[in-house]
Order: sequence, then structure tokens, then C-alpha cells
Amino acid sequence: MEVQGLTVEFPTEDGLVRAVRGVDMHIAEGEVLGIVGESGSGKSVTALATMRLLPKRAQVSGQVLFEGRDLLTLSDRAMRGVRGSDIAMIFQDPMTALNPVFTVGEQIVEMIRAHAPVGKPLAWKRTVELLDLVGISEPSRRARQYPHEFSGGMRQRAMIAMAVANRPKLLIADEPTTALDVTIQAQVMEVITEVQKAVGSALLLITHDLGLVAGIAHRVQVMYAGRVFENGATDEIFYRSVNPYTKGLLRSIPRLDAKEKTRLYTIPGLPPSGLSRNEACPFRPRCEFADAVCGTVPELVEVVPGHQSRCHHTQEVSM
Amino acid sequence: MSGPLLVVADLVTHFPIKAGLFRRVVGHVRAVDGVSFHLDSGETVGVVGESGCGKSTLGRSVLRLVEPDDGVVAFKGEDVLSVDKTRMRELRREMQMVFQDPFASLNPRLPVRDTVAEPLIIHGTAKQEARQKADELLEAVGMRPEHGNRYPHEFSGGQRQRVGIARALALDPSVVILDEPVSALDVSIQSQVINLLDDLQHRFGFAYLFIAHDLSVVRHVSDRMLVMYLGKVVEAASRADVYDSPAHPYTHALLSAVPVADPGVERKRKRIVLEGDLPNPGSPPTGCRFRTRCPIAHELCAIETPPAVDVANGHMVACHFPIERGETLLDRVAQLGRSVGVIGG
Amino acid sequence: MTDTRHVSAIDDSIETEARSFGRQVWDRFRRHKLAVLAAVVLVVLTVSFWVAPALSPYEFDEITPDFRQPPTAAHPFGTDDIGRDLLVRTFMGGRFSIRIALLVALSTTLIGTLLGAVAGYFGGWIDALVSQIINMVLLVPALAILLVLALKWGSSPWSISIVLAALLWTRIARVVRGLFLQYKEQEFVMAARSAGARSGRIMFRHILPNVMGPVVVETTLLVGTAIILESTLSFLGLGVQFPTPTLGNLVAEAKGAIDSNPYRVLLPGSFVMLITLSINFLGDGLRDALDPSSGGGRT
Repeated sequence: MEVQGLTVEFPTEDGLVRAVRGVDMHIAEGEVLGIVGESGSGKSVTALATMRLLPKRAQVSGQVLFEGRDLLTLSDRAMRGVRGSDIAMIFQDPMTALNPVFTVGEQIVEMIRAHAPVGKPLAWKRTVELLDLVGISEPSRRARQYPHEFSGGMRQRAMIAMAVANRPKLLIADEPTTALDVTIQAQVMEVITEVQKAVGSALLLITHDLGLVAGIAHRVQVMYAGRVFENGATDEIFYRSVNPYTKGLLRSIPRLDAKEKTRLYTIPGLPPSGLSRNEACPFRPRCEFADAVCGTVPELVEVVPGHQSRCHHTQEVSM
Repeated sequence: MSGPLLVVADLVTHFPIKAGLFRRVVGHVRAVDGVSFHLDSGETVGVVGESGCGKSTLGRSVLRLVEPDDGVVAFKGEDVLSVDKTRMRELRREMQMVFQDPFASLNPRLPVRDTVAEPLIIHGTAKQEARQKADELLEAVGMRPEHGNRYPHEFSGGQRQRVGIARALALDPSVVILDEPVSALDVSIQSQVINLLDDLQHRFGFAYLFIAHDLSVVRHVSDRMLVMYLGKVVEAASRADVYDSPAHPYTHALLSAVPVADPGVERKRKRIVLEGDLPNPGSPPTGCRFRTRCPIAHELCAIETPPAVDVANGHMVACHFPIERGETLLDRVAQLGRSVGVIGG
Repeated sequence: MTDTRHVSAIDDSIETEARSFGRQVWDRFRRHKLAVLAAVVLVVLTVSFWVAPALSPYEFDEITPDFRQPPTAAHPFGTDDIGRDLLVRTFMGGRFSIRIALLVALSTTLIGTLLGAVAGYFGGWIDALVSQIINMVLLVPALAILLVLALKWGSSPWSISIVLAALLWTRIARVVRGLFLQYKEQEFVMAARSAGARSGRIMFRHILPNVMGPVVVETTLLVGTAIILESTLSFLGLGVQFPTPTLGNLVAEAKGAIDSNPYRVLLPGSFVMLITLSINFLGDGLRDALDPSSGGGRT
């Protein structure tokens, strides 16, 4: 999938909120791409825009190329064919994504039969296999239960099973473990990566947790105020970041393995509002490198092959 | 100082489970079930655990925002649980709380200055003076006093949490209970609030009881830590011991489940994946409550509840078979000839 | 020196606060064009109900020789069966109707809020008791009770108001109880408790302002309901009795004349409609205006 110049705007009472401001993104077959950002960075809106799941009032422009087709220009019907079959999504809250009045098994069967001409018995058999694959014990009994009979971690597993039911080429996971406890989070992340390898799909992992992407992403894209601020291989971003925002973010997380009780680095101030019309670099008011040059938004430029950063002061930052 | 500031001993808080047409009590959730710890002035004790472990109830029980069923909470030697209403109101000046949700914890209909001034007014300060003090407090937590006229919805999550902190400081308490104070905040804002709390502690000498689910954050701020599981403290140790020589298998599993923002470390380390879900706190397992998910559980664990034992200089562990210093949980699992889910390594 | 300057700065800020809160409410209210219009209509109507009869050459119970007149220059609203001027009777009727409605709305709001708040906040047996009373009042057929009570205690504007209030307070009480149940679990309430606030302060300073919006709406709806119920009672002949006019009994009296002089029904009828509609719009506007998070107060 390749995204070019994606822009998403929402008209509101207070004016036009520019949630995503020209995002380029590509993800190769089988690749794990982590999109990292804080709330309001536009990371989730980007994902929803590529799936065309945003509310009607959202104004979306740009291109989302998937196997040569622009998803933004497809008919609604063709798009329904893509969703759940070529691209599938795992949401943060499985309770809202699963329908409470159908059994978990019925919902997965439905998902399979919506995209392939499979008979009910065969689809049911496949459903039980899928639940087994995501580590749900006694899958044939569990398939007959309703979502409310599942614990939070199990619901998330069921949703993963549903997402991979049609062996999608791309799996989008939007904060898949944010609502879960840390030992359950470990279970679910293990399931996601294993299933992703088993099915051979690419994984787009959207999260605010830098620790989560450190372990599994091949490449990381850092977003701030609706724009990509840095993009590169995971090690490049974590060890050789040349962007003041990324660097600040990495230094402001308390490390579990820290020896001494040290003071955290802080990025002062607040992220800008989505309403902002300011033509300056959005990170300027919070940045220690900021000067007069930062009165314009910098371009995303290549620092070393495969590693881009959006900053006027790449040289100083990298030192 | 003679003795610790706050001593909590064998604290028990149960919630009735009601069911049926007549809301009959059919059982109890033992949210806090025999917790003991102490807090010295100027220090931070962290409480960490997953949902349902009772950490929030613990904080609320200490302040009697929920009434504990049994045990002792002694503040400067005075039994908080047996004092009358009037004395309790005075004691509240000394122990304040910062809540998790910066949206729900501020009254939407009060300008933030009034919210901060409110505790002072309740305790008899004149309105004018209370508002003046509120402005100073807002400044102390890094906000501009002229923002005092504004309503909570006009602020970001981090700013609201600052207001919540200012309110807790208004009565100049000696103990501040922080219930998930940063978990609703973004990373860059979280570090601002953590540092603010640190500065305020240095400036005013508060003792903090810092309750959170995020082990990295709790370890960062704490001098000592309590690890809770289903209403019980399974391990209590200094911040160094918790990480360097954890003794309880649950602490091992918890440490190992937390992702570290360092790809090199993540690639190298083996992460244990515990099986199963947290048991229902309404009907916890017999004996050791962790045994159903413990990779090294033994028959004894189902029969006998392990007592808290001091393994080294106040490092307390409630486990029949604690992991030794220098040993890992994986070593023990291998030694027993068992297996456990592992990622990486 | 510095001290006094500091204090004066605080004074300023408090003054700006008072002004800015008032202005915020006004700004938000002003954006609600219909509510502003409704407020104007209500003021004009109310003033006219008190002023117009004084200016009229007739008394409201004065019998003139011109009976059953259609609207004429001398009697713009016509006259009734025994020759009383309908203009002055309609405006006097409006006066009594508004008086009854306000009395009912204010007393039910007071009783309902108090009982609802106490039940929701304290729970337990207090809640059980209040809830049982509410259920009992809701279960009895309101109109039947009204009929009986009106027959027993006669029908002065006062007694009608008391009877209506006794039946209608449950609506407010239920709303307030539900909101108190919901709000007492909120963390800001717990924060007030942990600061040492007493129950009364928590209920009235912390929770009550948060429930004012829905209560205002409910109260305005009650004003409408009271006017209509009073009209219904009058129509059934059990409302306020002659010669005291209300909008309701004017319509009731006119029912025989609907063919010969439809204005006798339409004029007081449209006053009833105008008042109830305006009050509902006013309630909507007030609810939004009192909510600091509804925007528009600050730019």
C-alpha cells in the first residue's frame, strides 16, 4: 500500500480542523510498520481514512494506492469488498467492534462468507480453527458464546481471528492493546505477530507506546500535528534519530531498566490545535533548536537512505 | 521524626456483591485483603498492579473514601479508622488525593480557581484569601493565575491534572495519594507532570503514595514499591530490588511483560507470557492467588496462603518458593522441567 | 506597597470573573435566537396581562348590555353570554393562568429538587421511601385525583395550584434523583469529600449546579403542563370558578359558541399556545446558556 499526500479535514463549529496534513506512507508486503504519535497527531485518522471509515463530513484528499488501485476513488461497493478481505482492521475497543447480540462464532462465519463463497459448515470449521490459532482454548465451545462472556483479552483475540479470517494482505491494528492489562497486552501482541507471520500479511501498528514498536516493527514513522516528522528503520529512529521531537519523546519516557532515579527530560508546552493555520513548524514553540528559519514548515528530507526527517536543523540535532 | 508518618496494617476492604430481585448480598469482592505498609515523610511508595488488584481501593480506603472493614490506618500514631466525623474532617487536611481522570475529577461548573480554593474555604479560610492562595497554587503547578477564571473544559488533560494537583496541595497535606495521576496523559505531557510532582515533593516535603498500572512510571518515581495481585501485596521492596532481584514470580512476569523502548534490549531479552486471564476477584483461587497463572506453582500453593516473609533488609515476599537473587523465573521453570510462553530471545 | 497592589490585582480579577461569567451566560443565550424571541414574547404578554385590564373601560366581571357580541370597535374580542367584555377577561385570564403556572412550576421544582437530591445522594432507606412515594403518585390516575380534589377543596387559583403541584413534583424529583445518583460517583465529588466537605455543601455547591440544566428544562415544560392542565380542568368545569377568568375556563365557556363566534375559542386558545411554546424555547436557551462547556462563551 502506498499513501500519497493524504489530507483529512473536519469542518466544526470552531472552524476547519486539519487532522492530517499531507501524509506519505508506504508499506511493503509482510512488513511491520509502526506509526507512533500522541493524541491529536493524526495517526488514527490516517488509518481510518485509508479504510474509508471516517464520517461523511470528513474531507479527504490525496491517494491511497493498494495494488495499483486508488481506494479513495473506489465505489462504496468495491470498497466493501476490500475491507475485511484485502485489508482488515483491529480496533482498540473490541466491545464496540463486536456485535453483542450475535455469538462470536456467528460473526466470524459472517465475515468469511461475506467475502468468499463458502458453505456454512465449512466456514464454521474455519472459524473454530481461527479461534484456536489466536489461542482461545476450547474453540468450538467458545465460538457459541457471546462477546460479553469473553474477557477483554479474549475479545481482542476474537477480533484478531475475525480480522485474519480472509487472510488479508494488510492488517491495521489501531492501539490494539491500550485497553488491556500489561500481562494480557503481552499475550495479545504475541498473538498478533504470530498470526501476522502465519498469514503473511503486512502489519500497520498504530500506537502511542514506543516500547511496543521497539520490539516488533521493522520501520517506524513518527507523527506530530498531522504530519510525518520522521520515518526510518526501527534502529535508525531509536538510536540515530535526527528529529528533535522524536528525540525528546524517547528521552521523556521513564525507562524500566534505569539504574538510578534520574530526572526525566521534558518537552515543554502543548501540541498545537488542529485548527491552527500557522505556517511555522508546528513543533517550533516546544523545540530547543527553534530559530527564525523555523517560521516555515520544513520538508521531509532524506538524511541517509531510507531515513527521512522533517526539521530545518537536522545537522545540529544529529550532533 | 519518631516512627513513620503513615502505617497501614492488615487493611481489609470488601465490597458486597448483590444479586437478584431483592439485591441480596451473595458474596464479597475482597478488593483489599490484608495489606500492610508504611510511608515515611518525604518518601514515595509506589503501588503497582493490574486491574482488579485493589490498588485504587487501597488508596481510597486509607482516606476513608470507602470504609475499610478491618485493619489499622495510623497517621502520626493516630488511628484514622476509629476517629469521629469531626476529627476525620481535620485529618483530611493532612492526607489529600489526586485522581486519575482529569476530566471527571474537576467540577465542570466551577472555574478552576474556585476548585483549587474549595478545600481552603471548606476549612474556614475567607473567600478572598482562599482565592489568593489558589492563584499562588496555580502558579506553583505551572499555570498562569489569570487562567483561574476558566472552566475545566477549556484546558488540556495535562493542565487539568495540574489543577487537580494544585487542589490536593491547597491544605498543605503531609501525605498525597496519587491514583493513576499520569495514565490518562500523553507521553510528552506525562513527563512534565512526573517532574512537577518531583519538584513539589522536594519543595514541600510531601510523602507520596503513587498508585499506577505502569511499572516503568512507578519504578521511576518510587523509593519503595508494593506489587499487588488480587487484593494482596505479593512483593514489597526498594526500587532497586524490585528490578534487580525480584523474588515473586508475578513480579518477574510483570517486569518481563513491560515493553522497553529500546529495540536492542527488546531483541535480546526473553519475555515471559503468562497464560490465562486474571481470575474473578469475587472468587479468588484458594491458597496463593497467583497459583492459577504461576508457571512454578506447587501443590502446596493451592492449600496454604503464603505469608509475607522478609528475604533481605525489608524486602518482603509472599511466596512459598521465592526466586533467589541472581536466579530468573525461566531458570526455575527449566529446573522444574516445565515450560512457559516466551517472546523474543 | 507591593501587598496592596497584589490585593487590588486580585480584586480586579474577581470583578472580571463575575462580569465574565454573566457575560458568558448572556452570550450563549443570545446565540439562541428563538429563545431570545420567546423571552421577549413572554415579557410582552406578562406585562400586557397586568397593564391591559387597567386601561380597559370595563371591569372583568362587569356585565354590559351587549351580550354575545362578535369583535367590535367597543369590544375588540367580543362579549360573552352575559355581556362581559372578553378583551379584559382574556387578559385577566392570562394573569391568573400565568400566576398558577409559575406557582406550580416553582413549588414543584423546589420540592422535586430537594427530595430528588436527598434520595439520590443518600440512597438507602431515604431513597427507598422517596422512590415509593414517587411511584405511588405516578401510579394514581392524575386526572381522576384532580377531579376529586377540585370538587372537595373548591377551586380558587391557590387550591388548584396546590393540587397540581402535588401531582407534578415527581417529574422533577425523578430527573434530579437520577442525576444525583450519577454525579455522586464522579471523582470531583470524591475530591470534595476528601477535602472534608459536608454532605450539604457537596449536594448544593458541587452537584446541584451540574443538574441545573435538565432541571430548568423540566421546569419550563412544567409551566406549559400546568397551564394546559389548568385549562383542561376548567374545560371540565372543575377549574377556577366564575367569575374569575383563566385562559382555560374562557375556552371552556366558549365551547357552545364555537360556530357563532369562533374568536371566543381561538383568542384565549392561542394565548395558551403562545405561552407554552415560548416557555419551552426559553428553557432550551437557558439550558445551553447555563452550561459553561456549550461553547460560545469565550473565543
